[in-house]
Amino acid sequence: MRIFMRFWREYPKESILAPLFKLLEACFDLCVPLVVAAIIDRGIAGGIAGGIAGGMGGGDDTFIWQMCLLLVGLAIVGLTFAITAQYFSAKAAVGSATRLRHDLFAHMQSFTYAQTDRVGTSSMITRMTSDVNQLQAGVNITLRLFLRSPIIVIGAMVMAFTIDNRAAGIFAVTIPLLSAVVFGVMLGGIPLYRRVQTKLDRVTAVTRENLSGVRVIRAFGKEDEEIDAFRTVNREQTSLQNKAGMLSAIMNPVTYVMVNFAVILLIRHGANEVHIGNLTQGEVVALVNYMGQILVELVKLASSIFTVTKAVACGNRIGAVLDMPAGMAVLPDGEGYPAPADAAVSFEDVSLTYESGGAPALDGVSFTAQKGQTVGIIGGTGSGKTTLVNLIPRFYEATEGRISVLGKDVRTHELAALRERIGVVPQKAELFKGTIRSNMQWGKPDATDEEIWQALTAAQAADFVREKEGQLDAPVEQKGRNFSGGQRQRLTIARALVGRPEILILDDSASALDFATDAALRKAIRELEHKPTVFIISQRTSSIHAADLILVLDEGRVVGMGRHDELLDSCEVYREIHLSQFKGGEGA
Amino acid sequence: MKSAKQQKKSKGTFATAKKVLKYLRHYRLLLALSLIFATVVVVLTLYLPVLTGRAVDLIVGKDDVNFDGIAAVLQTSAIVILITAAAQWLMNVCNNRITFGVVRRLRLDAFRRIQSLPLSFLDRRPVGDTVSRVIADADQFTDGLLMGFSQFFTGVLTIAGTLGFMLSMNLPMTLWVVVVTPLSLFVASFIAKSTHAMFKLQSETRAEQTALVDEMIGSHKAVSAFSHEDEALAEFDEINERLEKVSLRAVFYSSLTNPSTRFVNNLVYAGVALIGALISLHEPWGMVLTVGQLSCFLSYANQYTKPFNEISGVVTELQNALTCAARLFELIEADTEIPDAPDATVLTEVDGRVTLTNVAFSYTPEQDLIRDLNLTLESGQRVAIVGPTGCGKTTVINLLMRFYDVCEGSITVSGHDIRTVTRHSLRENYGMVLQETWLSSGTVRDNIAFGRPDATDEEVIAAARAAHADGFIRRLPNGYQTVLGEDGGSLSQGQKQLLYIARLFLCLPPMLILDEATSSIDTRTELKIQNAFARLMAGRTSFIVAHRLSTIKEADVILVMKDGHIIEQGNHAALLAQNGFYAHLYNSQFEA
Repeated sequence: MRIFMRFWREYPKESILAPLFKLLEACFDLCVPLVVAAIIDRGIAGGIAGGIAGGMGGGDDTFIWQMCLLLVGLAIVGLTFAITAQYFSAKAAVGSATRLRHDLFAHMQSFTYAQTDRVGTSSMITRMTSDVNQLQAGVNITLRLFLRSPIIVIGAMVMAFTIDNRAAGIFAVTIPLLSAVVFGVMLGGIPLYRRVQTKLDRVTAVTRENLSGVRVIRAFGKEDEEIDAFRTVNREQTSLQNKAGMLSAIMNPVTYVMVNFAVILLIRHGANEVHIGNLTQGEVVALVNYMGQILVELVKLASSIFTVTKAVACGNRIGAVLDMPAGMAVLPDGEGYPAPADAAVSFEDVSLTYESGGAPALDGVSFTAQKGQTVGIIGGTGSGKTTLVNLIPRFYEATEGRISVLGKDVRTHELAALRERIGVVPQKAELFKGTIRSNMQWGKPDATDEEIWQALTAAQAADFVREKEGQLDAPVEQKGRNFSGGQRQRLTIARALVGRPEILILDDSASALDFATDAALRKAIRELEHKPTVFIISQRTSSIHAADLILVLDEGRVVGMGRHDELLDSCEVYREIHLSQFKGGEGA
Repeated sequence: MKSAKQQKKSKGTFATAKKVLKYLRHYRLLLALSLIFATVVVVLTLYLPVLTGRAVDLIVGKDDVNFDGIAAVLQTSAIVILITAAAQWLMNVCNNRITFGVVRRLRLDAFRRIQSLPLSFLDRRPVGDTVSRVIADADQFTDGLLMGFSQFFTGVLTIAGTLGFMLSMNLPMTLWVVVVTPLSLFVASFIAKSTHAMFKLQSETRAEQTALVDEMIGSHKAVSAFSHEDEALAEFDEINERLEKVSLRAVFYSSLTNPSTRFVNNLVYAGVALIGALISLHEPWGMVLTVGQLSCFLSYANQYTKPFNEISGVVTELQNALTCAARLFELIEADTEIPDAPDATVLTEVDGRVTLTNVAFSYTPEQDLIRDLNLTLESGQRVAIVGPTGCGKTTVINLLMRFYDVCEGSITVSGHDIRTVTRHSLRENYGMVLQETWLSSGTVRDNIAFGRPDATDEEVIAAARAAHADGFIRRLPNGYQTVLGEDGGSLSQGQKQLLYIARLFLCLPPMLILDEATSSIDTRTELKIQNAFARLMAGRTSFIVAHRLSTIKEADVILVMKDGHIIEQGNHAALLAQNGFYAHLYNSQFEA
């Protein structure tokens, strides 16, 4: 619901004007039965009476014409007001949905890795797209219809009071009952629609997963099982929809019964009153007409309630995401730990436990990397290598211990500035839709072609880029699908090099490269002019044996630290790793 | 030119509607029921004002009220009201079932079609776009269809019914209503026509945005690693602003329908009041109209025009829905892979002989990738494919698995051209570990048993042991029953690969394809796996795209690829002796 308030806040003018013009339009609608009553009582009945009395008929004709012209006038004014109202409500709904999408996107962009893990990509995407669209439709309908209906309903009652107090009493009883039904259906509907939407998340997830795993699924011939799995969630979603639909289906019939029974009461009451002479026939018709208007409005309300209920459910889901505190707080300089000035990176007794996992992924890690050094990190699968380097650009927050980067407590760095100084090449080589140049400019937005070519050359990517049609302007498809795994890896390395980072992190980034390319790459990185501090995660001792410092990780702990030769002597695990490759790979 | 285009467009809409009708056929019974209930609702709804009018006529004036008559009329009214409500509820329930059912089928068909679409189709378009068709478009379609159902039937029936009732009462007033009301239809269809393009543009812009969101949120970690948030946001905002403009126009112009048609209705209403009042006053040509009849007529004038309103609203909504449906149908009707030949045989008793004869292949016609690839493998041979990155190694795998068909030449397995056997049986005979591992969401156990869901727990554990995955699996919070999130959740790349390899140990297919299979596994673990692999590969034809020397050296045949064709072929010793490209590759590793 709070999400709705945002719309009000952001478009105060439109949010007031739209219902206001609706109100005016409604007032004109409400005048219609009175005019008709006048036609009946004064025009027809009066005319007949006058005719009997002796030829006053002509005058009543004029009255009837006048009244009908009045009806046309009311219609024209109503139309003008309605169009104005539609414009304001469309503007408010679309405009604020646009802003909401912007805020949501910006907010999600500031999520930490941990938050992304928690919310999940699929559901982030549904929030951004389908949920916001539903909300937009809901706001639009609310401004246009949802507010019009109560106005008409209450207005009809007020008009009834001007005719006859006791008849209006029937309105006064019926309306609260009707509201109870309407709100009951709505309140009952919200949790149901939320469940429908959550189920839809599942359908989305299954579809996405299927598309991303299409090769594996086909390799195993699992298409039919996938279809079955989809069928199941799809059916579950449908049955939830049916359930929710059942509830909204009840609204129209129930309100129909209530309103028409009220009409019956009105006629009975009216009959008595007319008999005594308190009311005229035309007034009874007017009362019945007012009740009829209420019904018409309720029918409209019922059809919009579906949209509004859905919108509220969607709004709540969006609200939940927006309420997640964004990103990480940056500490003021004074509050950080003191840090060694000449060290590029230093860890003191650092531990990290992931939100989902029980055992710590890193446990009491301490080391210092001097500026310009090359640090190799090696260890078994799941030993915490990636976790360790993820802490340097502060992708995750350490649970315990002190981390300082480039002379300051890592938490006192402004995040974007910190990450600009660090180049990361992740394990999974992902490129983005655009051109090679646009991808390279991720590393440095104003990079010149020369700088880009330098980076591509160092990353051993210059050759194949040169062969591409358009070279730097060669198109890159989503995720870089039009490049092979090895090409993607080299492009991601180049992307990190473009910004000439002070710290370069290569997370097993050469796994898809052949020996020759890998060797040339390492050579090029060693020879970089600006001498960055380099972290290399690798499986192969051959990739890191020249490093100034090698960290050997095992189950989140540092079990060996030193240079290649020292470790061969002192570290059992390192020796094992090396021998396993030496034996298998003959002197690698 | 323009009109031809327009004609084509409306033909497209018509064609889509026809396809939707085909789906409706599954719900014939419900449709019939819905129609019957709708008829009941409409007739009774129309009858009620007659009763009310009759009651009003019994209340003439002071001391002129027929109480007995009124009581009888009101009693009938009560019964009519109750029946109407019941029929209305049942009709709603039917409509819900039909709509949600149709969408369920549509989604399922779309999903099913995805399973048989050629990879060239899927590789070419963003995942987000396809997902948005299956999810968002289908959703919009549901909304439109439901509205269509709940209001279209009743609308049409109400128009017909009201006409009948009105004619039975008074001719001139009926004529007025009949002549003027179509104006509102005209207005509505004019609006609908001019907004159709806007809705289409809105739908397209949304898809564009979804694709961007999918990319940026999907790779959020990379985005934040490069502090690319601001650029991403700027790009997003650009599309977002376009979307705002497009949406505003679509929403505003389409929302004009209601007020405009309401305006026409109000004119009708005023006219009826005028004509009715004049007739009842002057009784021309002996026509009689009581006040009750006039009030009844007025309420008809409302009822007659209301469905026009609704129908026109529904037309807009349906148009939007059909646009969405058309996007969904584009997916459902996309050309599938060339289906298995009707006489395709099931590949059984594969001995592992594989031959490639004069194979040529390219992803795009302009640029050929593989030319004249020839290779003959005896059963149980081990092939290592090496070469610089991007030389076409992965493409060879795409061809072997028949993810893509060769452009020229042929590939045979055990003497069968792979185009003459079923894809399923061909792929079943290959065990594949790709560079990029993919796990389905589900438990660890389910993932290992992916290829053989009926495997016993013992078999699953044995396979995990063989792949050296048992250790880390046991350390997971719930062991083999640990539920993995989307794409393997919190498992490391290496752990995912171990799980993946465990899958193979469970299936033991006669041929293996390993694409850099162990790139993310540390060498200690790999060494252990190597032994297991050696066991697995014994007697099995294996294709290995590997960079590890150990694997390459033990291969029976080494294919050295460059720029799409094999430039050298032979075993390790022979190739070294040749002192060519391979020798250069091999020696380069010592330079570092």
